[in-house]
Amino acid sequence: MAKIIVVTSGKGGVGKTTTSAAISTGLAQRGHKTVVIDFDVGLRNLDLIMGCERRVVYDFVNVINGEATLNQALIKDKRNETLYILPASQTRDKDALTTEGVEKVLNELSEEFDYIICDSPAGIEKGAQMALYFADAAIVTTNPEVSSVRDSDRILGILQSKSRRAEQGLAPVEEYLLLTRYNPERVEAGEMLGVKDVEDILAIPLLGVIPESEAVLKASNQGVPVILDNESDAGQAYDDAVSRLLGDQVEHRFLEVQKKKGFLSRFLGGK
Amino acid sequence: MGIFDYFRSKKEPSSASVAKERLQIIVAHERGKRSGPSYLPQMQQEIVAVIRKYVEIDEDQVQIQLDNNDECSVLELNVTLPD
Ligand SMILES: Nc1ncnc2c1ncn2[C@@H]1O[C@H](COP(=O)(O)OP(=O)(O)OP(=O)(O)O)[C@@H](O)[C@H]1O
Ligand SMILES: [Mg+2]
Repeated sequence: MAKIIVVTSGKGGVGKTTTSAAISTGLAQRGHKTVVIDFDVGLRNLDLIMGCERRVVYDFVNVINGEATLNQALIKDKRNETLYILPASQTRDKDALTTEGVEKVLNELSEEFDYIICDSPAGIEKGAQMALYFADAAIVTTNPEVSSVRDSDRILGILQSKSRRAEQGLAPVEEYLLLTRYNPERVEAGEMLGVKDVEDILAIPLLGVIPESEAVLKASNQGVPVILDNESDAGQAYDDAVSRLLGDQVEHRFLEVQKKKGFLSRFLGGK
Repeated sequence: MGIFDYFRSKKEPSSASVAKERLQIIVAHERGKRSGPSYLPQMQQEIVAVIRKYVEIDEDQVQIQLDNNDECSVLELNVTLPD
């Protein structure tokens, strides 16, 4: 039985796809059989972030409609033996994903994999609800900014009332906060909500804090999940988050303003 | 933080703390609505309408909340009247 984890947010553009790519890669690196599914019907993008866009033949909707088998549609990651990607369809039909269809695919994947990561579309409507419906755990991706925090709280409400677990009266979906695009300088200047502020408001356990980082754009340019850039702060922060997801106690990093390197250490090639 | 920032920060709260305060209020409000029965918003509107017959008040001067205890539910109505 696989654990199904949805990466969700309500608000768009906060870093769900970046996170889905990083977390699934991190789980696979640790040897877990992992599949990451793009639920963003019509706006397929996970393939680009994972760097497998040229290898997409069939997609999620093809599988649901019986036009392709799961094995035909799954793309094997070129860097990790144990990682597969199921791309979203480019169809404009937003109703292409049916609950029954999605359930059938998830059940089939569940027999093969340890982790199923669902990259949710933005919003709180049908598409986002479909992505979270079967989840066992949710990574609520949030930026330290008012509209994102409010939308995260709305998504929490939906997880608590409209998920399969809620509807069937099972144990609730595990909820984790992932604060992304965090800028310690601006927090220190009082211009940005701090980790503690967001934790106070949303009141769910903190999975990690991903700093605002140039490495993310660079990684997406190259189609390499940022977690593989283990020199970068964002890559390291994602790696810590994966460890925590697996139950390790890892101290949070990158919350404070990084001390500026002195002239000498810069001169000597310190990074 | 420079000495000028120190004096400034005493005068007005940082924009982040304003954000936090606003969020705390709106999130609490929306959670209340989510957990309440579906007739609550309509009832709130009607209560506001009744009060308005007598006193001029704004929508946000009426706070309505339903708390469920084991044995009973308590409807709490808070109306701030202008002085
Ligand atoms: N930690 C970060 N530092 C800097 N930029 C980031 C960070 N995380 C995400 N971004 C950038 O933010 C943008 C949105 O990221 P992403 O596509 O992952 O968001 P999303 O939530 O999946 O968006 P959508 O709601 O449209 O699906 C991208 O340009 C990405 O490079
Ligand atoms: Mg996305």
